[in-house]
Amino acid sequence: MTKKLVRPTEDPLWLKALLGAITVGFIGILLLLPLVLVFKEAFAEGVGPFFEAIVEPDTLASVRLSLIAAAIAVPLNSLFGVAAAWCIAKFDFPGKTFLVTLIDLPFSVSPVVSGLIYVLVFGMQGWFGKYLVGHDIHILFALPGIVLATIFVTFPFVARELIPLMQDQGRDEEEAAATLGASGLGTFLRVTLPNIKWGLLYSVLLCNARALGEFGAVSVVSGHIRGVTNTMPLHVELLYNNYDYVGAFTVSALLAMLALITLALKSLLEWRYADELAAVHRL
Amino acid sequence: MSLNVDSVSKKFGRFAALNGASFVAPQGGFVSLLGPSGSGKTTLLRILGGLEFADTGSVRFADLNWLDMPARTRNAGFVFQQYALFRHMTVADNIGFGLKVRPRARRPSKSEIRDRVKSLLDLVQLPGLEDRYPSQLSGGQRQRVALARALAIEPRMLLLDEPFGALDAKVRKELRADLRRIHDHAGVTTVFVTHDQEEAFAVADLVAVMRDGRIEQYGAPTDVRRNPKTAFVSEFLAA
Repeated sequence: MTKKLVRPTEDPLWLKALLGAITVGFIGILLLLPLVLVFKEAFAEGVGPFFEAIVEPDTLASVRLSLIAAAIAVPLNSLFGVAAAWCIAKFDFPGKTFLVTLIDLPFSVSPVVSGLIYVLVFGMQGWFGKYLVGHDIHILFALPGIVLATIFVTFPFVARELIPLMQDQGRDEEEAAATLGASGLGTFLRVTLPNIKWGLLYSVLLCNARALGEFGAVSVVSGHIRGVTNTMPLHVELLYNNYDYVGAFTVSALLAMLALITLALKSLLEWRYADELAAVHRL
Repeated sequence: MSLNVDSVSKKFGRFAALNGASFVAPQGGFVSLLGPSGSGKTTLLRILGGLEFADTGSVRFADLNWLDMPARTRNAGFVFQQYALFRHMTVADNIGFGLKVRPRARRPSKSEIRDRVKSLLDLVQLPGLEDRYPSQLSGGQRQRVALARALAIEPRMLLLDEPFGALDAKVRKELRADLRRIHDHAGVTTVFVTHDQEEAFAVADLVAVMRDGRIEQYGAPTDVRRNPKTAFVSEFLAA
């Protein structure tokens, strides 16, 4: 009788099957099914109504607004995220732990609360309300408010991704660059940035996806003015509440497509630069 | 034209890493800083490289007020224990880095850099590995590349921080012999940190035995070995 030897890291078949079934089941029911349904509902009355719903002026306005808000919020958050991660990972200073906690704040606060904070600060009864009205500056119920709320909510993405990455890489390569005569900026551009570029790209894509999809905080500061301050997610809600299901699911499908394009882009880049990625990670 | 380290001290918080370390080395000399961990040898080396700042004391080298110069103008090649190669660059780009970042007026042409990289790879006995990435090299090969990178800038001083600490005994011996050969060939003043006394005595002209941030004994390897001045040195050498 020979006993079948089992590798120490090998689990029994039933466990593997169970874990596999749970994973596939979860992904299928919670991720894939809704995605399919969104597209099914969007095309429920055929291709014609789908495209009619897209070119509807208020819908186009919401797409434009969402893209503008993301186009402002994402670069600013990327810049901030790189700067913060650089400070935290490469230098020692008092209050560092506190700063890291602060960066996490938008993740732990409900988006609605963060929207309300802006109302408290910039609203009519808020701290700067009188001043802003007196100088005809519109922040709430206008683009600036929407951008601010989006920035606040998507603020941790880049920094959160880069801090552990940069801490893990340490300061050795930067020190080596300095001894070889590189300036501070030269070191950053030639050594630091290339080492974090994949993490940066990934986090910018995530940040962008979240910026386009943000509902709660933007909902509070937007004012829901149709065709003016309604972003795509807000427009979905508005159409849905008006029983325009094709319209609502069409805009949802557009949002979903933006997310899918983001993911496809990421996969394409990972595939295209697989060698370089492996070289950076293995060392 | 000598290296003159004069009572250098450095504290990290309340811990005195260096406590008035002094030694003098001739131009082109090869000094080993030898001592147990925590004796301050790496701190002293990093101060010489401009990666750490001394609290007090001075260093004069080739009539330069060495400690007042930032790391990037010292032109001191530094070799790290963990190689610190630029992981996203090929071997050729790693070695050529110090030449490429020079201001335009002093920057060699692309073909000159290529030739220089090639001759340095020959010098460290890794011919033809220009296009590899660091992750595709063994530990010993990585450290040879790091050495070539430090030599590419035609350094005034070569600083090595336990460069062979992560390598196995056989590779260590080979690299040690190569380092000595390269030093003699380039004639560059070299400071070498190690906790391995056999290595220190085998490779250097002068050995500084360190303890608690000070230099306990300094002299030629044979002198230090024959006449340990303090109980600490004789115990350390006997270990």
